[in-house]
Amino acid sequence: MGIFDRYHFDNFAYSMTRGRLTSGVDYANEVWRILSQGFADTVYMVFFSALFAVFIGLIIGVALNVTGPAGICEQRLTNRILGFIVNTGRSIPFVIVIIAVFPLSRFIVGTSIGRTAAIVPLTIAAIPFVARVVEAALAELGGGIVEAATSTGASPLQIIFRVLLPEAAPGLVLGVTLTVINLISFSAMAGLIGGGGLGFTAHRWGLQEFRTDILVYTIIILVILVQVIQITGQAISRKLDKR
Amino acid sequence: MLSIRNLSKTFGNNKNRFKALDNVSVDVLDGEIFGFVGLSGAGKTSLARCVATLEKADNGEIFLDGVDLIKLKGRKLRLKRRKMGFVFQHFHLLMNSTVYDNIAFPLIISKTPKAEIRKRVDELLELVGLTDKASSYPSKLSGGQKQRVGIARALANKPELLICDEATSALDPDTTKSILQLIKKINEQTGVTVIVITHEMEVIKSLCTRAAIMEDGVIIELGKVLDIITNPQTDTAQRFFTKEHLPEIIRLTESLAGNEVLVKAIFIGDKVHKPFISDIIRGFDIEVSILSGGIEPVGNATIGDLVLKMSGYENAIISAIGYCKENGVGIEVLKGGDVNGHI
Ligand SMILES: Nc1ncnc2c1ncn2[C@@H]1O[C@H](COP(=O)(O)OP(=O)(O)OP(=O)(O)O)[C@@H](O)[C@H]1O
Ligand SMILES: [Mg+2]
Repeated sequence: MGIFDRYHFDNFAYSMTRGRLTSGVDYANEVWRILSQGFADTVYMVFFSALFAVFIGLIIGVALNVTGPAGICEQRLTNRILGFIVNTGRSIPFVIVIIAVFPLSRFIVGTSIGRTAAIVPLTIAAIPFVARVVEAALAELGGGIVEAATSTGASPLQIIFRVLLPEAAPGLVLGVTLTVINLISFSAMAGLIGGGGLGFTAHRWGLQEFRTDILVYTIIILVILVQVIQITGQAISRKLDKR
Repeated sequence: MLSIRNLSKTFGNNKNRFKALDNVSVDVLDGEIFGFVGLSGAGKTSLARCVATLEKADNGEIFLDGVDLIKLKGRKLRLKRRKMGFVFQHFHLLMNSTVYDNIAFPLIISKTPKAEIRKRVDELLELVGLTDKASSYPSKLSGGQKQRVGIARALANKPELLICDEATSALDPDTTKSILQLIKKINEQTGVTVIVITHEMEVIKSLCTRAAIMEDGVIIELGKVLDIITNPQTDTAQRFFTKEHLPEIIRLTESLAGNEVLVKAIFIGDKVHKPFISDIIRGFDIEVSILSGGIEPVGNATIGDLVLKMSGYENAIISAIGYCKENGVGIEVLKGGDVNGHI
């Protein structure tokens, strides 16, 4: 794990400099390095966990829709089982997911700490959320357009890829936006358990080392990050929405 | 040919069952425009959806070109669906696709080569008169334009059968007229068989050669539209053709004298060659006044529809009514006497 190694090296570098610098250019450089490291870690964790969670959650959400009542592949039992799994997933607090998933992380990415390892619990926690968001976005479409497609002889797969997903695109983009924002706050928690990222930075430097300035900076960065993502997501969604 | 045999459809669960279609049988001939008319809840939509295989019938057979649609499954069923176009009351267009892409949709589904899609969509745009709207989104169209897109989409794969379920019911009278004209034009140009479903008699009158009247999931009358209009067999059918102002006339003539009857005369324009009103006045010593009347086109014929007040001796009135019937004028006694005019 090359990335992970670099993380360790940086952590080592942190501890070497801790407490020695308090002002001047070097100090500013150090703050910059700490914050940019935290920022990079957050982006890394959120990006990959969102990527995997959206991919898997999309599949489950579509499955929930098509197997649901009046869906194109209506299957009660499958729908119930899927719904049950998703609800169970959503009802487990994230902190518990992190702890419970440690062994799994070790199995999947070879380690249970570090920012790469944190992707596993983040992804797992986000999947049920994405699934429900996707299901809701698809449910909004109503049955008429699906029926129209069916009447032209479209197969279930064609309906999914040429009707459901394109028509629900604006809603799906908003759902992804919401997911990413949730993942940012979750990633702060994951960071506490050795993942890195801005949450880790705030805790490690802002709280444990009483570097209030770093604490404030992390908050400012997070606020800006969330705003940018929210505004971008809404803009894309609006652009896609021709209704 | 579309041949529906003993079709039944029940909705609901065991506790709460509702028979929407009860043993319906009807043949729709190649190239004709066939109408299903009935009041709300009669089962028209259920029938259309069963034919389009959007709904699974409980019992019966639906033969399209000799193949029973109900027995088809999977890919075979999907291929057959391409041979039927369905036009929805509420259009059901892809809102995030342009007019062009909406019409191209069935062709993409049937994996038509791109160049051919372009050619066909251009043709269809021209046919429905929306060439200049090709790159608009449906939200920017009027109801009539949306329905034109719906019709073009239904025609994309050159179906044998076009099913229009209340295709004009969400539209204003003028737009309705233009859509009906379009359907007629398409039928004449392409020879596609059309099933028109409606609760408005006007739609049937202006489009269909044959029609079925439905009530409570059953076909209660079936035949040539002209015959149904001039000689309705059931109260429901009669009510469909009775002008709304008739009750008004009947009320106005409440003061009908003892030697007067109120009758409705219905006749097909080209079939009645005799000037029957002057004939009965001269021939039977009665007086006739016309209370209301009109002539309207139905298909290629015209139908005359008069409300007359006849006054005179009972025997003279009976003979006059008999004379009319002999000469192809349908007579219905509305008030003042029995079916034959006995006061
Ligand atoms: N999916 C359904 N579930 C339960 N009952 C249904 C369903 N669809 C139709 N029905 C019932 O079947 C009967 C016939 O309905 P249908 O829609 O075929 O009538 P219709 O003639 O098309 O009426 P309208 O003119 O209102 O469209 C109605 O009483 C309706 O309540
Ligand atoms: Mg209906």
